[in-house]
Amino acid sequence: MAARAVAINRAGGGGPGLIAAAFVAAVILGPVAAVLWRAGGGGWPGPADWAALRFTLTQATLSALISVALAIPAARALARRRFAGRRILITALGAPFILPVIVAVLGLLAVFGRSGALNTVLYAAGLPTMQIYGLHGVVLAHVFFNLPLATRIILQGWQSIPAERFRLTASLGMNAGQVMRHLEWPMLRAVIPGALMVIFAICLSSFAVALTLGGGPSATTVELAIYQAFRFDFDLGRAAVLACIQLSIVTVAAILALRVAQSGGFGAGLDRSLRRFDAETPALRLLDAGVLLLVALFLLTPMAAIVMRGGAALLDLPGAVWRAAGISLAVAGASMALTLALALPMALAALKRPMIEAVGLLGIAASPLVIGVGLFVLINPWTNPMLLALPVTALVNAVMALPFALRVMTPQLIDINSEFGNLCDSLGMSPRDRLRLVVLPRLRRQLGFAAGLAAALSIGDLGVIALFADPEIATLPLQILRLMGAYRMADAAGAGLLLLVLSLSVFWLLDQGGRADSDA
Amino acid sequence: MKYLALATGLFAATTAVAETPTLTIYTYDSFVSDWGPGPAVEEAFEKTCECDLKFVGTGDGASLLARLRLEGANTDADIVLGLDTGLTAAASETGLFAPHSVSAEYDLPIAWDDPLFVPFDWGYFAFVAEAGFDAPTNFRDLAASDTTIVIQDPRSSTPGLGLLMWVKTAYGDEAKDIWAGLSDNIVTVTKGWSEAYGLFLEGEADMALSYTTSPAYHIIAEDDDSKAAVPFDEGHYMQIEVAGKLAGTDQPELADKFLSFVTGEEFQSIVPTTNWMYPAVMPQGGLPDAFGTLIKPEKSLLVPADEADEVRDRALEEWLRALSR
Repeated sequence: MAARAVAINRAGGGGPGLIAAAFVAAVILGPVAAVLWRAGGGGWPGPADWAALRFTLTQATLSALISVALAIPAARALARRRFAGRRILITALGAPFILPVIVAVLGLLAVFGRSGALNTVLYAAGLPTMQIYGLHGVVLAHVFFNLPLATRIILQGWQSIPAERFRLTASLGMNAGQVMRHLEWPMLRAVIPGALMVIFAICLSSFAVALTLGGGPSATTVELAIYQAFRFDFDLGRAAVLACIQLSIVTVAAILALRVAQSGGFGAGLDRSLRRFDAETPALRLLDAGVLLLVALFLLTPMAAIVMRGGAALLDLPGAVWRAAGISLAVAGASMALTLALALPMALAALKRPMIEAVGLLGIAASPLVIGVGLFVLINPWTNPMLLALPVTALVNAVMALPFALRVMTPQLIDINSEFGNLCDSLGMSPRDRLRLVVLPRLRRQLGFAAGLAAALSIGDLGVIALFADPEIATLPLQILRLMGAYRMADAAGAGLLLLVLSLSVFWLLDQGGRADSDA
Repeated sequence: MKYLALATGLFAATTAVAETPTLTIYTYDSFVSDWGPGPAVEEAFEKTCECDLKFVGTGDGASLLARLRLEGANTDADIVLGLDTGLTAAASETGLFAPHSVSAEYDLPIAWDDPLFVPFDWGYFAFVAEAGFDAPTNFRDLAASDTTIVIQDPRSSTPGLGLLMWVKTAYGDEAKDIWAGLSDNIVTVTKGWSEAYGLFLEGEADMALSYTTSPAYHIIAEDDDSKAAVPFDEGHYMQIEVAGKLAGTDQPELADKFLSFVTGEEFQSIVPTTNWMYPAVMPQGGLPDAFGTLIKPEKSLLVPADEADEVRDRALEEWLRALSR
């Protein structure tokens, strides 16, 4: 590799990244191709499928726009305020994102549902009650899930502006509006397209949330159409074509977003701690406090409902649930390691070829059902897929977490490269030294966050295990489904709480690990 | 962990595997869960068969059939357990199933003479409400009332499909008007049974589509008699769950033995309080007392298996049109 060091030095090594990207593309596209092959060709979607596509695009676009619009003031408030419990708040706000869908939906309904807390208050106050079911309910739920992610991505953007820049604006006597124009807006322009893209992609493959809160078949999404094609009509060709449409949409969205996104280009800083002189007016303090309070209320009240529902059953959960928790942790560990092993080289390679990130994004938009069925078709001729249930689950979970890891790491890598790239070149550092001495120390926060997110997502995600399930090895999300299927709603609520606690603890540990000695 | 044991077994001890025959049974996921009939059935059968009984769980009944179609004649399954009469015609058409030789004194509301499939339990779909709730007693009254219901999507859920067939058999060509009338009663449509029942327990709707046997769970397992199924005077649609033997099985004798076991005393006495359905053959000890408190529909509705597909497709189209407005 030494001979090529000059050619690829600014990217810090592109070869492994391309290999990782090719691997990820194979894991996603291979199964889709396998389903097409097994079907002996594609099947043309019917009018109902096109209607499902329209609804899917509408809800995903709205969900992404609203999540990001709300995340901007929330991230700004978190970026310019320091208060006791700030870090705990940041972690806790991430909770909705990592919960299994059904647990989160029940928490959400305890607040916004027909007999939820909000309607109880409205009713007592003599006001008209609200109806959650409909397109607005779908968007509300998706904002609930994705606002935390959007906030974190944008918050990282704020944190990427060197503290020196804010000192400079303060010494120039700029007010908050001027700081926004000169520092924050350029940063937002770079960060927002990526955040929109990731959330849009997540919402594309929504199914149970959209159906349950959408209130009926008019809330049919593409994923439900795929489910119907496979399970109801056994039309594999149609399922595969629908999955391809889903993938094409996300590819187009990714290309658009990556084109629009530009690096902030703030230049180098001394990684100093941040103090915001411009934001120290009473009005802005009040504004930020209000924003944080509203966001915390919106995200944490349903969480509190989950804690209350599950608290009673948590301590005497059946042994099978604890066993499943152990299995889920093991899968999460493997999935996390794999995510980082794929994300780091891909993010480095993305410095030269930004479109690599689009490959990573396919993971969340790919239909879990088609991926599962495709992997099954691929594995079945060779060995019993049940034997590979856990490794396959870890692999698929890692691929699903990859886009988040990439989105978090890429902007920071671009900054590191633009700030230190020339220096490293002039010192003639080898790619290895550059990675060890310059990149990794500055990427620690992002690595910790990505590791935490990958592990937590894996604990909460049902993944493909339902298709491969062995009665003896259930993960925690599968066990929650089984408890609910056996009428044991109280135990399921307890297991849901256990999952919440586990995911958040793992996320907290890894995320904190990445921020040790850093302020923020 | 069995996973490791299995893996090691495959690589190291092929002879041991050959000595103890394995009977592989594909079933739906809730059958094999720690809270379903699976573990007790496995223990009881292994006591008599000198074999290793291995359950493989996949989603629900319809996913089970999809999985079987995916694998085709190469399937590892010796037995498939958990299809219902809405799926048996499609299952027969695959040509993967072999005739059975089981005869039993079935305790079903209809005569059973299917050559390929053996019934193992059955139940009636019904709306479940809080006991004492002043519920409408047929679909017309329900549509005219302001009672709220939560149902399952027929495209992703077996009970959801059951409701579709229920309305269609009870009302025929008028079914679409019934659905149009019901549209403002339906709070929401869920992916599966669990979500709908969970929403009902959380108070999101007055009633949820479930089974007449659901209240028995609450009485027996939770000592709670606050739930009741609502009798509808059109009659109630039935679900009969069946097991069948694969034609390509490498354990034909064991498979036959298991199918007889399915209608036998032990299996049938496990079913009521683990699968919360009626046994296909009444066990000697009868049913648990709580089952005596359940409503007993006077009229049983069921589309004959060979017409199920056609009725299903037509009914789904009407359902989508009526509710997608």
